[in-house]
Amino acid sequence: MSTQTDELFGDVDLGWEHLKNRLFLGLIFAASMFGVVMLALLLLDILTDFYVGLTEFNINLVDFLTRSGSRREELAGFQGAIIASVMLVIVTAFLSFFIGVGSAIYLEEYAPKNRLTRLIEANLANLAGVPSIVYGLLALAAFRNGIGLGPIVLVGAIALALLVMPIIIVASQEALRAVPDGVRNGSYATGATKWQTIRRVVLPAAIPGILTGTILALARAIGETAPLLMVGALFVNRVPYGPFDRYSAMPTQIYAWAAEPSQHFIHLAAVGIVVLLTIMLCMNGVAIYLRNKYETEV
Amino acid sequence: MSTQNTDERLISTEVQTGENARANLPDEPVLAARGLDVYYGDDRALDDITIEIPKNKVTAIIGPSGCGKSTFLRSINRMNDQISVCRIDGELTFRGKNVYDDDVDPVALRRKIGQVFQKPNPFPKSIRENVTYGLEVQGKSATDEDVERALRGAALWDEVKDQLDSSGLELSGGQQQRLCIARAIAPDPEVILMDEPTSALDPVAASKIEDLIDELVDEYTVVIVTHNMQQAARISDKTAVFLTGGELVEFDDTATVFENPADGRVEDYITGKFG
Amino acid sequence: MSTETNPEPGITRGSGTQADQEANQRARRVLFGCAALTVLTTLAIFFVLLDNAASYFFGARFTEMLLGAGTERTVTFTEFFTGTRWAPDHATPAHGILPIAFGTLAVTVGAAFVSIPIGTATALYISEYSSPGVRRKLKPTLEVLAGIPTIVYGYFAIAFINPVLIGPIADALFGINVGRYSLLSGMLVVGIMTIPMVSSISEDAMQAVPDDLRNGAYALGATKYDVSLSVVIPAAVSGIFASYILAVSRAIGETMAVTLAAGFNANITANPFDEIMTMTAYMVSMARGTSAVGTVQYQSLFAVGLVLFLMTLVMNLLNDWFKRRFQEEYQ
Repeated sequence: MSTQTDELFGDVDLGWEHLKNRLFLGLIFAASMFGVVMLALLLLDILTDFYVGLTEFNINLVDFLTRSGSRREELAGFQGAIIASVMLVIVTAFLSFFIGVGSAIYLEEYAPKNRLTRLIEANLANLAGVPSIVYGLLALAAFRNGIGLGPIVLVGAIALALLVMPIIIVASQEALRAVPDGVRNGSYATGATKWQTIRRVVLPAAIPGILTGTILALARAIGETAPLLMVGALFVNRVPYGPFDRYSAMPTQIYAWAAEPSQHFIHLAAVGIVVLLTIMLCMNGVAIYLRNKYETEV
Repeated sequence: MSTQNTDERLISTEVQTGENARANLPDEPVLAARGLDVYYGDDRALDDITIEIPKNKVTAIIGPSGCGKSTFLRSINRMNDQISVCRIDGELTFRGKNVYDDDVDPVALRRKIGQVFQKPNPFPKSIRENVTYGLEVQGKSATDEDVERALRGAALWDEVKDQLDSSGLELSGGQQQRLCIARAIAPDPEVILMDEPTSALDPVAASKIEDLIDELVDEYTVVIVTHNMQQAARISDKTAVFLTGGELVEFDDTATVFENPADGRVEDYITGKFG
Repeated sequence: MSTETNPEPGITRGSGTQADQEANQRARRVLFGCAALTVLTTLAIFFVLLDNAASYFFGARFTEMLLGAGTERTVTFTEFFTGTRWAPDHATPAHGILPIAFGTLAVTVGAAFVSIPIGTATALYISEYSSPGVRRKLKPTLEVLAGIPTIVYGYFAIAFINPVLIGPIADALFGINVGRYSLLSGMLVVGIMTIPMVSSISEDAMQAVPDDLRNGAYALGATKYDVSLSVVIPAAVSGIFASYILAVSRAIGETMAVTLAAGFNANITANPFDEIMTMTAYMVSMARGTSAVGTVQYQSLFAVGLVLFLMTLVMNLLNDWFKRRFQEEYQ
């Protein structure tokens, strides 16, 4: 019997095949863990520097959050940057939400399947891949200098709005697409126009998904640095009075600190990063909460 | 009611209560097609349809899958307009006016003709909002009486009168379909189109809706597409038989179609030789 | 009985639906305008970059030329594309883009060496090997990695990767003293940042490969290793390639991480521990300064920006092409 088995399977070296499989698994598992390890290192580094900053460098967290930036490291604070970022996000939301959702409604509900529509969709895909710094250049040339608005919050918000608009459009399109067609047909058959159907039935059903996508897009926007640097969001050490005032936002302030050789400033940057990440985490949390809460309906 | 030749009786046409009374009323056409052809691109879905659908009666449309029944229904309220490759030749009139004339507004047409779909499709809104929708899109305000009238007309009032503000999606399948019927009749249309309204429902819910149709027809004209021949025989006054290729092969009183059809193919279809 | 025309059935235009139809048409026009604005954005980018780059090369912007401004050849294309010294703001200016183009390309290639193998391996592991429990934890982790702002990656580079990882290794192995910035640090950090892009899109591509193909191979006695390499990857190759191109495009345009990692020294070097300058880092350095409108430094921003934009545009079009090919295969 065993000689028969040997004859049947003698030429198949299964030992090596299985070993190869296990080695390969080990290799790609290690590769997958690389990303995890790096993330852990990153978070660990930030938290350690944060802790060191609070203890060794005596960065007082309350002072940090209530004072504005300053050239002098002991007096440096984050308040101006936090408020500037919040202001930026609000203006960005106004600029990008309506145009973004409007575009999505047009593309999903009205646009005929012709070349113009394909062009708009292809263009959107390309816009999503444009480096963020280029949006900064656009805002710099057209709004800060072209119209002459200067390095104010509004111009930064325009740059960020252009940046996040493709994200909002795609998320809104998906939310609209998720509304079943049966419900649209029910509305048309009852004698409603397309706009009535959108306004009364489709949009209300899609709003949770649209809001989730928008909040996620804004969470991305609040961490963007390059476009703001291009339009001059730097070197300001106070709270901006309004959208027409100069400013330095959270990410640009972090950059200014991190670029300084002094160790104190590096740790200020770490503290700032923790604040920024916390705010982003909250925004993401709100978005996910919204999504889960409304996912069961419709 | 009909000849009881047991071997050859095709389908029982035991009539519902109303049918006797309705059978004695003359046919007054409210919808008419004349030489109607419908194409999807190059495929012809309906072939030279000529038919007059009478007022305040139940007209059933039966036939095998893909014979154009739903296409015909959708042509009546121009829901076919949404399909870009759909082309119409010929004439389809509503109270004498060709619905495909240039000066006809499909939205206005659909405010006179209601539709109930195969899969119940209530809006993700409250029951009350579902019912008042048709009136509100016409700019009319809907009163509580309107809501009650429509829900009673759909035989749903007693079951939902205490939960009008809860979501329509929380109802059972049969209840949702009756809610869709209430939604369709609330704006007081003249015709109600029903596209296989009970095929997604269990037999008890289906039978409730069949009873309901018998009552609805007092006020509205009902055109019902169904693949269930027994259902057509039970509830309809007139039956139209479509066959593959979009051809209307027979249109007559239901009893005649099922017991004594003129076209041999109808007899074959009804006895199950094909379809 | 014939169908006489009864009293007006009320279905013509003007039977009470005009207001609603008009509202519908108005809405359609407004919404189309919104969508058209997105096309306008792209046109605006092209216009602004070309217009201001024109002043860099020809001494006047296109818009100024239209108004009659004179032109002079300030920077020649030859100097721009072949010069090896980049110092537009220097007392003795030089306008050769090669050093910063080299910086960008070096970081991009180095990052690709990190993200492509690791991302593909990760995708393969998630798609073919991992248990659902591991998958549930690994995928969100990668999403977090993807969601971290680039400035934080930049901080990670300058506060940890360079001083703690690269510095000691360079010193121990080569006796080299590494400064605040290094090319290697830039490659690493941009590579890490783009891993999720490669892994997530490649994994989608691999998941889309029908199980029938896998089962056919397994039934023939293939191991998972065989199936992964000879069935799944070839079938998903268009989607996988699309992810590579996307990651490369991202690396080209990356700004903050690479600025804080690789530095501000525009030179061409083969030493990975040297400081270099990418095109994006140059643009940031100009922003830090006070470049008045109309100066050569200001104009150079747009010339470099134009090159950057065109590079990423080509990459994105390539990515579209690969994505479409992949969709054709499985849809």
